[in-house]
Amino acid sequence: MAQPKPDAIFAPWDDPAATPLIQFKNVTKRFGDFTAIDNLTLDIYAQEFFALLGPSGCGKTTLMRMLGGFETPTTGQIFLDGVDIGPVPPNERPVNMMFQSYALFPHLTVWDNIAFGLKRSDMHKDEIGDRVEKMLKLTQLEKFAKRKPHQISGGQRQRVALARSLAKAPKLLLLDEPLGALDKKLRHETQFELMDIQETIGTTFVIVTHDQEEAMTVASRVAVMVDGTLSQVATPDQIYEAPNSTYVADFIGDVNLIEGTVDVPEKNAASDAVSIRWSATEPAIKATSDLTFGAAATVHFAIRPEKVSISTEAPEADNVMSGKILDIAYLGNISTYHVEVAPGLIIKAQATNVRRVSRRNLTWEDHVYLSWTDTAGVVLMT
Amino acid sequence: MRKFSWFNATSLTFGFAFLYLPMLILIIYSFNESRLVTVWAGFSTKWYGELFQNKAFLDAAKVTIKVAFWSSTLATILGTMAAYIMVRTGQFRGRGLFSGMIYAPLVMPEVITGLSLLLFFIAIGLDRGVITIVLAHTTFAMCYVSVVVTSRLVSFDQSLEEAALDLGCTPFDAFRSVTLPIIMPAVISGWLLAFTLSLDDLVIASFTSGPSSTTLPIKIFSAVRLGVTPEINALSTIMIGLVTIGVISASLVSRSMSIKAKADERRAEQD
Repeated sequence: MAQPKPDAIFAPWDDPAATPLIQFKNVTKRFGDFTAIDNLTLDIYAQEFFALLGPSGCGKTTLMRMLGGFETPTTGQIFLDGVDIGPVPPNERPVNMMFQSYALFPHLTVWDNIAFGLKRSDMHKDEIGDRVEKMLKLTQLEKFAKRKPHQISGGQRQRVALARSLAKAPKLLLLDEPLGALDKKLRHETQFELMDIQETIGTTFVIVTHDQEEAMTVASRVAVMVDGTLSQVATPDQIYEAPNSTYVADFIGDVNLIEGTVDVPEKNAASDAVSIRWSATEPAIKATSDLTFGAAATVHFAIRPEKVSISTEAPEADNVMSGKILDIAYLGNISTYHVEVAPGLIIKAQATNVRRVSRRNLTWEDHVYLSWTDTAGVVLMT
Repeated sequence: MRKFSWFNATSLTFGFAFLYLPMLILIIYSFNESRLVTVWAGFSTKWYGELFQNKAFLDAAKVTIKVAFWSSTLATILGTMAAYIMVRTGQFRGRGLFSGMIYAPLVMPEVITGLSLLLFFIAIGLDRGVITIVLAHTTFAMCYVSVVVTSRLVSFDQSLEEAALDLGCTPFDAFRSVTLPIIMPAVISGWLLAFTLSLDDLVIASFTSGPSSTTLPIKIFSAVRLGVTPEINALSTIMIGLVTIGVISASLVSRSMSIKAKADERRAEQD
């Protein structure tokens, strides 16, 4: 008997045979002279938890509102399950949206809010009751069914909004900054709740957020948007470890960016080795890259602070720099050290605080060594 | 607490006297025994009794209520529609002109409004009567309603309507089942405003009324020209009483509603 196949990693975007649920094809949206979305092409697959991430004004909300049917593309097409949904009004789309303000109907109870969409479908009355109860259970709101929206807390309102948008079992759920109004602790808890619910029901979620941590936590793939275009669409770890531009590297998390020029490769160097000269006197940075660079090309070397080790004695490593500690940011679990390695060039290094502060051996003005391996950073063209 | 001073007491007395002394005198003289309005001859309620025997006044009151009801209802429907469209359509060429034209009748002299309506009714050959007064009152009350409803709609979260559309409502269904219930207090106060305006309008009604459709203000005005009678004092006292009861009950209702809402919010915070 054949062994049951182990669960494959969920990655339909790597499977050329998979058909996407949503396809944006050369979509452009203009408001007067302002181009909100600029010739954008994007595929989103069924059961994905897809995050649109970007600063305000990057077009992420416009993109979502086009999926909801509240905006129509100026040019280009949007397909949902192979159907061009451009001309379909919002009330006829198998898409539901959870609004940033929650948009709960203040004159209806929690129960009636959740039943609102079902009553407008051809569902039978008894089934509506069952469905609402199921949604209340899913979001743990059974106790609050008879309350009005202003009689419950912010976190409960957020769950009512979620239950209401899930009640009609849409093919696609849109979430517009769904956790923006919650405080930090509740937001973290709710992020995991959202992920659990998404896994339980298997609906495709598209979330809009400006909070990179939130996008990284919940999403299976993240699209980083800037000025109406996609900078990078990839899994959270790829976005973090292998950003494709200094913009993405800088937008997601903390990063050290060092500008330099590509050195002529040494003889018998590995084919993927790149050495970057960033100073006339200091040794070049040794790095690796899948890309090939012309000699003397201007590049940026990006390395995350936690991948830089800090020590008081010169270590054996591919890259070693020495400098003076300018600043220490103590964050409890970790500390970030700002080290000036050359006039005007400050490198941030992060270390876990395994010892208590009083026993820490590094302090201001100390002379320290920073080191990292040749694979720790990425070389970026732009 | 601010300290009592003679200056404050004097200004308070004069201020309220200025506002209410004429009405107070009118109310007192409505209980005058004498037929002469300005001579006090003892307390009596007989003029109230006589008022309810006066068929002309009662007919005029019926016409007035009928006109006020229909014109305020029509004005509320049209004014709400106008407000909704002006707030929701967003920016378009000539928007300022359109919204200006909705509000212009607010500052138009009533004589001009009345005269132009009269000429219009004559031109289209509509006989003057209850219908023409209703139409005339609708036209000027509608802009008041639209002002009240507009101010509510401006602060209305548009995503509520989008949520209704998103959940399967047609645009009309979304308006009926979400927008209208939420803006209902503004619509009702618009209706009350229109009703009151119609109730006490004299100028426009006198241009557009016919022989069989005298409203109460017209009746009072024409009666006073022949001399003020205690009957009119009695009638005016009743009107003052009705308006006072209406205003007080409206404010009590809205106050108890806001207290309830605050209590609800406190309960939500405790959970």
